Amino acid sequence: MPDDFVPDDLLPLPPATFHILLAVAEGERHGYAIIQDVEARTDGELRMSAGTLYRSVARMVEQGLIVEVARRRTAADDERRRYYRITPFGTAVARAEMRRLAQLLRLARARGLTPESA
Amino acid sequence: MSLYRALLRLYPRSFRVDYGDELTRTFEARHRGQGSFVRALAALGDVVPNAIAAHWTLLRQDLTYAARSFSRTPGFALTAILVVALGIGANTAALAVADYTFFRPFPYHEPDRIVRLYQADGEDMWNYGDLSPANWRDWKEQQHSFTAFGAYAYGSANLVSEAEPRRVETVAATAGMFAVLGVRPIAGRLFAADDTLSGQAVILSYRLWQSQFGGDPGIVGKFVRLDGVPYAVVGVMPANFRFPGSNIDAWTPLVFRPSSFEDRNDRFLFGLARLRPGVTPEQARLDLNAIAARISQQYSMPSMRTASAVFPLRGEMSQRSTSLIVALVGAALCILVLACANLASLFLARGAHRAREIAVRSALGAGRERLVRQLVTESLSIAIVGGAVGLAFASAGVPLLTRLIPGGLPVAGEPTVDHRVLAVGIIMVLFTGLACGVAPALKAGRSGPLDALRGTARAGGGRSRKVRSGLVILEIASSVVLLVGSGLLIRAVSRVNAIDPGFRAENVLTLKTVLPLPKYDSTVSRVLFYERVLREVRAMPGVQAAAYVTGLPLVMRGGIRSITVRGITEPGNDRETASIRYVTSQYFSTLTIPLVRGRDFDETDVSEGVQVAIVSEAFVKRYWPDGDPLGKRFFTGEEERTIVGVVGDIHVRGLERESEPQFYLPAAQPGAAAVSGFMPKDLVIRTSVPPMSLVSMIKGIIRRVDVEQSVSNVRLLEAIVAEETAPRVTQLRILVVLSAIALLVAALGIHGLLAFTVSTRFHELGVRRALGAPVSGIIGLVLREGLLLAGIGITLGVSVAWAVARTMGALLAGVQPQDPLTIGIAAALCFMTAVLSCVRPARHAARVDPLSALRSG
Repeated sequence: MPDDFVPDDLLPLPPATFHILLAVAEGERHGYAIIQDVEARTDGELRMSAGTLYRSVARMVEQGLIVEVARRRTAADDERRRYYRITPFGTAVARAEMRRLAQLLRLARARGLTPESA
Repeated sequence: MSLYRALLRLYPRSFRVDYGDELTRTFEARHRGQGSFVRALAALGDVVPNAIAAHWTLLRQDLTYAARSFSRTPGFALTAILVVALGIGANTAALAVADYTFFRPFPYHEPDRIVRLYQADGEDMWNYGDLSPANWRDWKEQQHSFTAFGAYAYGSANLVSEAEPRRVETVAATAGMFAVLGVRPIAGRLFAADDTLSGQAVILSYRLWQSQFGGDPGIVGKFVRLDGVPYAVVGVMPANFRFPGSNIDAWTPLVFRPSSFEDRNDRFLFGLARLRPGVTPEQARLDLNAIAARISQQYSMPSMRTASAVFPLRGEMSQRSTSLIVALVGAALCILVLACANLASLFLARGAHRAREIAVRSALGAGRERLVRQLVTESLSIAIVGGAVGLAFASAGVPLLTRLIPGGLPVAGEPTVDHRVLAVGIIMVLFTGLACGVAPALKAGRSGPLDALRGTARAGGGRSRKVRSGLVILEIASSVVLLVGSGLLIRAVSRVNAIDPGFRAENVLTLKTVLPLPKYDSTVSRVLFYERVLREVRAMPGVQAAAYVTGLPLVMRGGIRSITVRGITEPGNDRETASIRYVTSQYFSTLTIPLVRGRDFDETDVSEGVQVAIVSEAFVKRYWPDGDPLGKRFFTGEEERTIVGVVGDIHVRGLERESEPQFYLPAAQPGAAAVSGFMPKDLVIRTSVPPMSLVSMIKGIIRRVDVEQSVSNVRLLEAIVAEETAPRVTQLRILVVLSAIALLVAALGIHGLLAFTVSTRFHELGVRRALGAPVSGIIGLVLREGLLLAGIGITLGVSVAWAVARTMGALLAGVQPQDPLTIGIAAALCFMTAVLSCVRPARHAARVDPLSALRSG
């Protein structure tokens, strides 16, 4: 699948997708961990439901942004849990999205716009 | 937690299988420690929107995939869409017409309880006619079957208001008629008892109120003049009220005078009654028959045949109108079956060709559910696109079908593709899509991916080929049935067209000037009007002859009088009847009715002179088969007439109906018994120039003679004759189109199946060639398969057509239902189509190169 896509084809990323990518960029995570991670990072602003998460996960797997990891991480984890990690294509897409956002910010700043000004 | 698990069923199966456990665990972790109510709400809020979104995602994927797949095989997609469009279009249009004629509810209160009443001649209910006021009154007073009882009679009048004078169609009705129908006016009131005494009240139709009075809100209480007499407007009816027919403009009270009840043979009423709850029309008929029997006895009139005929509102539609529409619906259903068969066949073939592709997808992990879903999406999208095109066809086509509808249905408006028809159409579309998509999809879902990958599916599936062969046989059989039907109707129409009406209709202009009473009460004033109009019209350049007559043939079909001939007919027997018309001179030359003996009427036939008549040849044949009829006499009513001329017979009642013998009386000798309905009012003019070019000059002449006189119904006699066969011709055109569609669809079916056979047997054909089979042998193989199917289909179709044609008797105008020529031609046409459809696949088979076929295997 990844062969079919150029990273820019997927931009702009839906916010949930970008956050999931960020969550699994640091390492393998299972579903609930992703939800917690996103929630913590956004100060509770983005609280995904199970359905929203797995619909995104299903699509991202199909798009080749993330893959399911076959092995379990530690014995302490629930052995039935499924873990996901980012793919190189996923990393490329995340970077492309960052570049797009940064570009947008630069444009806004060049116009003298700051988040603080009214 | 069980709620969440149960809700998971809302997700697409593939998604649920993949992520169900994870979803449950994550949901559990996220909502641990919350109350069960909160969790239930959270579960609903989580699953419902996400499940909808998940289905939507899959649908979008499937649609994208379908679009890509169809754009790779546009021929397949277009054929399939066309087939669906034809099937759905034909059926929706046919349904709209049938719905309008048979099912659309009448806009009356409990219309199922309303019946029409007639007086029947003896026990045979179908031999019925109008009621006499005396019988109607006695029925009304003595019946036990009805809760309301009414009567009406047709009339017409010159309406003079602020707009230009206009002829309006009126109905004189008792207050009971409105009570039976259970209707209310939108303004004013219905008739009260007082109105039926004075008679000078009028209720307007919505249409007349709008067109003639501009929808004047203060119309109630104003006066209008009908034939010069002032009538008070008491009410306006709603737009959908058109009883008893859609042409009615106004209703006046039906007034009975004591003299109205004297003659029980004076029949002009139509009865209408509302059944008591639980009483059937048949029970009501027996009730009325018992009363009728008492009346007959009481008045000891053996010749008076007073039985009753009771029909539900729709019940008296003619056998022919019903057959026309039933045949149309039948033919359309035939097309739908054909379309479904063909579509299923197309999808099966496509499924076989895609076996490999499907196997690959399946091997890559697409579950069976996803594959079935994909295939059903494809067939449904074809069905929906085709159905939309078909519904558009139908909406455009319905107006063309209105000619099939019998006139005089008391329903307003025209048949349209309304929401009910549309709903049935949509159900048909979905059914078509599912029926054609599911079987191939299930088949695809069942076969193991490995078989297909290995190529063992190459034989194309013996079962699916058998199914397809069966479908092709069905298609051919349906085409034969439709072709036989069309063929029989073509023969019937040519037979009807060949009927000589007895007059020549070309270049005859007709128009109506109904002389109002009491202005034209006296014969002298009427004759003066006719003479002045005719003198000027005959003097116009381009006019060859002109005359006035009581009613046009094929338009005024009744006008029957009983006659007696001394020494020939039995006294008191009023079964001897003939068609009566009052005419001026030149009537026969205007219509080119041959004058066989004697003379035409002329200015010597005045009211004080000898009362004369001209009779038709059938009239002579019946009473004086051997003698000279000139100078012979006969009675009509109390009057004796002397025959001065004999003319040819004409078809008065219709081209396809038996007509009574005719007799004509001079307009100047109306006699004592003349009824206003028989006053000549139709002007007929034979021209040597295009008739319509004279209309304005003729109207000018009439205006000069009487400035208040209205002119209406300007038509060509030719158009009137053509209208006789119009429903037939319309139906024929439709059937021919449907047959052509059926034949095309069947041809596509045969071609598709054979092409499929050839491609799946590519390898086998190659082996045969390599083993030395000649090209002719290979072609023979393909032809044999096609022609075998055609043979079976034609045999089946001919036997079905044989049975079906017998039910079409009413439509065939005497053509034999089992006409061998028609059946032969239909079979031959089908066979030729089959042969043509075999040509391409056969040529393809003949070109099979043994080497490449073997290598590809």
